Amino acid sequence: MRYLPLTQPDRDAMLDVIGAATIDDLFVDVPESARLDGPVRGLPDHASELAVERHMTALARKNVVAGEVPFFLGAGAYRHHVPASVDHLIQRGEFLTAYTPYQPEIAQGTLQMLFEFQTQVARLLGTDVANASMYDGSTACWEAIGMARRITRRGKAILSGGLHPHYVSVAKTMAKYTGDALETSIPTLGAQTDIDALIGRIDGDTSCVVVQYPDILGRIADLTPLADACHANKALLIAVVTEPVALGAIRSPGEMDADIVVGEGQSLGVGLQFGGPYVGLFGCKDKYVRQMPGRLCGETVDADGKRGFVLTLSTREQHIRREKATSNICTNSGLCALAFSVHMTLLGEKGLRQLAAINHAGAAAAAERLARVPGVELVTDTFFNEFTLRLPQEARPVVRTLADRGILAGVSLGRLYPDEAGLANGLVVAVTETTTAEDVETFAAALQEVLA
Amino acid sequence: MSINQSGWRPEMTASSGTAAPTFTGNKALMLDEALIFEIGSTETTGVDFADAVELGASNRLGGLFREAAIGLPGLAEPEAVRHYTRLSRQNYAIDLGLFPLGSCTMKHNPRLNEKMARLPGFSDVHPLAPVDTVQGALEVIHQLSHWLVTLTGMTSVAMSPKAGAHGELCGILAIRAALEKRGEGTRKVILVPESAHGTNPATAAFAGFKVEDIPATADGRVDTAALIARLGPDVAGVMITNPNTCGLFERDLRTISDAVHAAGGYVYCDGANFNAIVGRVRPGDLGVDAMHINLHKTFSTPHGGGGPGSGPVVFSDALTPFAPLPFVEKQGDQFVLVEEETAGEHHAGSFGRMVAFHGQMGMFTRALTYILSHGADGLRQVAEDAVLNANYVLRSLADTLDAPFAGSGPCMHEAIFSDANLADGFSTLDVAKGLIDEGFHPMTVYFPLVVHGAMLVEPTETESKAALDQFIGALRSVAERAKAGDASLKSAPHFAPRSRLDETLAARKPVLVWKDAPLAEAAE
Repeated sequence: MRYLPLTQPDRDAMLDVIGAATIDDLFVDVPESARLDGPVRGLPDHASELAVERHMTALARKNVVAGEVPFFLGAGAYRHHVPASVDHLIQRGEFLTAYTPYQPEIAQGTLQMLFEFQTQVARLLGTDVANASMYDGSTACWEAIGMARRITRRGKAILSGGLHPHYVSVAKTMAKYTGDALETSIPTLGAQTDIDALIGRIDGDTSCVVVQYPDILGRIADLTPLADACHANKALLIAVVTEPVALGAIRSPGEMDADIVVGEGQSLGVGLQFGGPYVGLFGCKDKYVRQMPGRLCGETVDADGKRGFVLTLSTREQHIRREKATSNICTNSGLCALAFSVHMTLLGEKGLRQLAAINHAGAAAAAERLARVPGVELVTDTFFNEFTLRLPQEARPVVRTLADRGILAGVSLGRLYPDEAGLANGLVVAVTETTTAEDVETFAAALQEVLA
Repeated sequence: MSINQSGWRPEMTASSGTAAPTFTGNKALMLDEALIFEIGSTETTGVDFADAVELGASNRLGGLFREAAIGLPGLAEPEAVRHYTRLSRQNYAIDLGLFPLGSCTMKHNPRLNEKMARLPGFSDVHPLAPVDTVQGALEVIHQLSHWLVTLTGMTSVAMSPKAGAHGELCGILAIRAALEKRGEGTRKVILVPESAHGTNPATAAFAGFKVEDIPATADGRVDTAALIARLGPDVAGVMITNPNTCGLFERDLRTISDAVHAAGGYVYCDGANFNAIVGRVRPGDLGVDAMHINLHKTFSTPHGGGGPGSGPVVFSDALTPFAPLPFVEKQGDQFVLVEEETAGEHHAGSFGRMVAFHGQMGMFTRALTYILSHGADGLRQVAEDAVLNANYVLRSLADTLDAPFAGSGPCMHEAIFSDANLADGFSTLDVAKGLIDEGFHPMTVYFPLVVHGAMLVEPTETESKAALDQFIGALRSVAERAKAGDASLKSAPHFAPRSRLDETLAARKPVLVWKDAPLAEAAE
């Protein structure tokens, strides 16, 4: 019980001050029938630091570490190299163990960081403003749909078939309870995105069109015609970015006139972590800022006229507006936002563009190599760092077989779309700066053997 | 060791108030830090790449190459390290001292948690990796689930909610799914006591319910009679916080639960304050149907200046069939991930998926590390020490500050005071800002709303008696000044990195991003 500083003499002295004879006297309001007479049964007692380390390390060893094998998984979570100073800085106790900056005079470190984060995110996404982060990309996407409903007062959202199927699932779950009508579709295993089809479906009931960029198969398309079609119908364009590194190479959704741009910021600074915690990015046009969910940090001055930062526009939030709030969200991913921001600051524009170029060049080379494996076809001819292969058989068992050979080969569309036979042969392959040419060669050779 | 029991006040020498301002405006080790947009450049980078790569005409970017400047400043590594280290020094944090935020629970964050979460076997694992390559990760989820279910006396747990408020949504959606399954989707009202967190009504409204407030009694608890009188065929359930936000145990929760169940509704418990009762009370024994657990509050995962959180939700038998996907099950020797595709008939009632992957895995490893360190015996001691510390603060200050519920029985994990006996014109905010000058983060202010000028102090179990005595002395000193009308309090803090900040200006003229654009121009 090394985390509990009170000694028994302390406890006795404190009970004395309180005027209680025993600790039980402080639990008198608990009904007799609900009191436990000792520690909950069936669970072990406290353990030493060494014993806990052994236990956790043994569990960690049961996992295959991405960095120790040829690794090609993406589909919404990407493995990038994170500079050592990022993790060092986020472990500084003044960042790690601070709370929400409710007292701004002694939280300027967190607040200035969030202001810088908001600016970096807005510039990256191409939006006027950005908030101080959301839980993750999938929940940010859902919040954006809700925001479009509030702005347009319409209840039909059109979701692109290229949107990550888990993001679609989250939106479907929530729509059941908020009453939004969601029009969804399934991607086709080909080079063409569904932009043209989406344009044809927009009508006077449409609150928004949600499109992923690059999409779940890795494809990229100019969103400008879609934005124009949305705006002609007074609907909003929501763009979803699951790989923000892409925006170091390709035009931002904001540049193409998207109204709300959300994203998953995991790629920068955060790491894979088996799915979380991640960091949701959320940007929009200035005119919609008061309908935004989540926390916002704003610049102001102190009593001496010095620049400072505070949480602001809280009249949108649950602690003020209760049931009329824009969202029930009550936290952000502060520490992950810090990791994102530090990594972005280390990269700078020059580094981000170089990182993006390396990712793209590596992916292009890998796509060409893998497409030379007999029977394998590259179905996405334009992409950033992730592309889709059509295998001559179902991809899911192939992925399993390759895992047995120590190669984590990508995400099979069969795992993402178990009910869609037409996608079963699809394999989504991601390549980043952490992927070596030898990794690609190992993968290609093993794939050829497995398919033979 | 000698502790200043009366609360120390800095001795102000004549010269300290009249010293010449510094040329830079900085004070000794405290340096103001410019924004990265003011000190960085788009041509600077703090990373090296092995090979330079040019994007050329042969690329596969489909003509979408980003030509215009983005405007992202870079810093060389030493500059970046200094920038963020300097910023960090302008933060208060639990590593620096007592952080008495009521209802937020800021306890020691053990570094063992951090070390374990960073084992590559946990941190460098992809959420969509084949399940037989991530058995250890699934086992962590399974072990933590077992602890949470056992400690709460419930049936199952949903691990995916990303934060406490997300957990509330999870619980309320399960209630809605259960009602619809029974053909009683017509129940549209959720009763919420007025002492509840603001997230409770926001959550209920977000999930399509109508929210009705239930008043509090004069002793700071739910008005049980009023609540029971309101039950009926239109009521879906209640959201209740126990221990509540007045720091009190809801003695009648079992009675309330029985009445709600008899009337066909469900009981949601906001478990934000579970650290006060862990190991001493199982919410399942009080008739709760769903409760979220903030892992950072009870199980010490760090909050990092605002997050991330993690909000697993435990369910009773009645709501278990409606829990969200995905979750982890043990089948034989293997841990499997139950997703939409693999959900058998016994999960057919699930209300769906709340989040892209499996929740806050990095928080699960930290929480499990903490739980194993404490064990069942240590967790019981956690509740005892948290409650002891809170009552010690309450009784030590009740002669100085108004304590509206001091007669309502022992407090649980937090002690509540009010501004009732301060001098005219002095407010809770002045006391809070005065505490900053004493070297402490202030307590929670103006919450809960049922107490005028509330000051909610939660010391937590990881504070020593010496630390509490120091805090009590400081708060007593500030309170005495506010009672005596000491005008210098009105302009506190005087010694913080910033003096009182103009929050009204920030809201009236929002500046949310750095506006000057010389970077973009410079890059052209």
